[in-house]
Amino acid sequence: MKQDRSVLGVTWLALAALLLLLAPAPASAELRIDITRGKVEPMPIAIPAFAGGGGEEGKVGSDLAQVISADLGSSGLFRPLDPRSFIQNVAAGEGPRFGDWRQISAQALVTGSVQTQGDGRFRVEFRLWDVVAEQQLAGFAYTTTRQNWRRIAHIIADQVYKRITGEDGYFDTRIVYIAESGPAQKRVKRLAMMDQDGANHQYLTDGKALVLTPRFSPSAQEITYLSYASGTPSVYLYNLDTGQNRSVGNVPGMTFAPRFSPDGSRLIFSRSENGATNIYVMGAHGGGMSRLTEGNSIDTTPSYSPDGAKIVFNSDRGGSQQLYVMDSGGGGIKRISFGNGKYGTPVWSPRGDLIAFTKIEGGSFYIGVMRPDGSGERLLTQDFLVEGPTWAPNGRVLMYFSQARGRGPRLYTIDLTGSNQREVTTPGDASDPAWSPLLR
Amino acid sequence: MLLRFIAVAGAFLMLAACSSTPEPGASGPGGPGGPGGSSRFGPGSQQDLAATAGDRVFFAYDRSDISSEAQQILQRQSGWLKRYPNVSVTIEGHTDERGTREYNLALGERRAQAVKNVLVALGIPAARVSTISYGKERPEVPHSDDQSYAQNRRGVTTVN
Repeated sequence: MKQDRSVLGVTWLALAALLLLLAPAPASAELRIDITRGKVEPMPIAIPAFAGGGGEEGKVGSDLAQVISADLGSSGLFRPLDPRSFIQNVAAGEGPRFGDWRQISAQALVTGSVQTQGDGRFRVEFRLWDVVAEQQLAGFAYTTTRQNWRRIAHIIADQVYKRITGEDGYFDTRIVYIAESGPAQKRVKRLAMMDQDGANHQYLTDGKALVLTPRFSPSAQEITYLSYASGTPSVYLYNLDTGQNRSVGNVPGMTFAPRFSPDGSRLIFSRSENGATNIYVMGAHGGGMSRLTEGNSIDTTPSYSPDGAKIVFNSDRGGSQQLYVMDSGGGGIKRISFGNGKYGTPVWSPRGDLIAFTKIEGGSFYIGVMRPDGSGERLLTQDFLVEGPTWAPNGRVLMYFSQARGRGPRLYTIDLTGSNQREVTTPGDASDPAWSPLLR
Repeated sequence: MLLRFIAVAGAFLMLAACSSTPEPGASGPGGPGGPGGSSRFGPGSQQDLAATAGDRVFFAYDRSDISSEAQQILQRQSGWLKRYPNVSVTIEGHTDERGTREYNLALGERRAQAVKNVLVALGIPAARVSTISYGKERPEVPHSDDQSYAQNRRGVTTVN
């Protein structure tokens, strides 16, 4: 367990100081990706292996460049160039010869180095260069324990993404999801967690109890989910720091569809009583439960707006499954979905501007988004089954699970524009993904 | 039918210790008998319930209404439960896979409760009947077609 905790616990990571090496030069108008446009031509970027001494430093320098390339490439906004085309060998540690990089059509260049400090930790420096304007755009240094080098790669990729697009990245994040195995009639489902790129995969539960719908706390230190462990399906809380795993609130009846409030102090969830399902809220560690909706309908999958003022949820109170928004204290309920078909699993974007949902219409499932007032509905993807969107922390990418007829489910990401659909690599079948906030 | 037998076999094995000896080579429930009928299975057992009354009722898509056919099965279940007053049951509510996960959990609970309400109305004490929903997590038939979905939208009365 101790070993797990050192990997799991974000607080255990000694990510010492960000040291600004050089103040960024004035923004160059030409080196910028406008990601608000529908179709973006990916920016050619060169990311040579980071310079390092022999042995482990050199290996980590090369691995860092590979992870940064994979992150930026996966966004669809960057096109990492093939290292075999590189003319200059920057691993020697000298400054960039911009002509050499322009010759292979690079517009941006990332250089860096790895050094082992006296205390055995790594010091990683990186610089982002505008190849055309021949100027440095960003430069940082990080110190970390040796086993945490992947996080440094993700943090650097986030810095590059932010400097070029003007928006926060989403690479230094984790995914919690449900790993599935076995025949459909007695499917084994386990809580599992991995880095956003599929690395550092681990199982958090053993599969003895059916578990569903995990969600991160805003600190990414806790996961709330549904478990059948006690015999009654109930809301559970898993603490990644301590490994403690317990049911919350000892509430009679089935409690499910839990999610944290944006400040992490409360859990919002559904509770079924006598066939009716209503939305409740309670303290994140139990206590202070109050009921937010009433009546005999099914009210479920509540999700807070990022400012905590509103809750979007799914209800069949009007006869079929639709989306509604209410005040976070209950009341002021307004229907927001009016298209054909049924709507479920609404999730408020971390930016507050959109609500993602699952739609069922004409025998197909869709993932879509609409504004919080219900206007501007756009469907991003369709399949036999696509379900359960979750937002990247920058509100630009959605992850969801998709299942072809007769096949097991897998995780996918898609850009908010509906482009750049990609499968997320998991060891086996996978469903119910939830994206963590940025880990810092 | 084989799948259905496997599904009840687990409950049957757990009961084996407190019921009469199971018949070796039993080939599964032979279908519901008439009211007051008896079966070759252990009295008061899950298989006895399935054979003499029928252990499950089916629902239309996204509905929890009790059909007249379901009402007849529940009538027989109530007769059977009255014959074995020491037996308590759990109603499992299930859905097909054509809905979202959380909504289906709620729909399964609504179906289980609908079954319970009928049994209670037919004179079975509410304390003998509990409910649990599995939503779309435990299909009876693992296929993606309308016939399978109809088999999966079910309320199953399971002997505790």
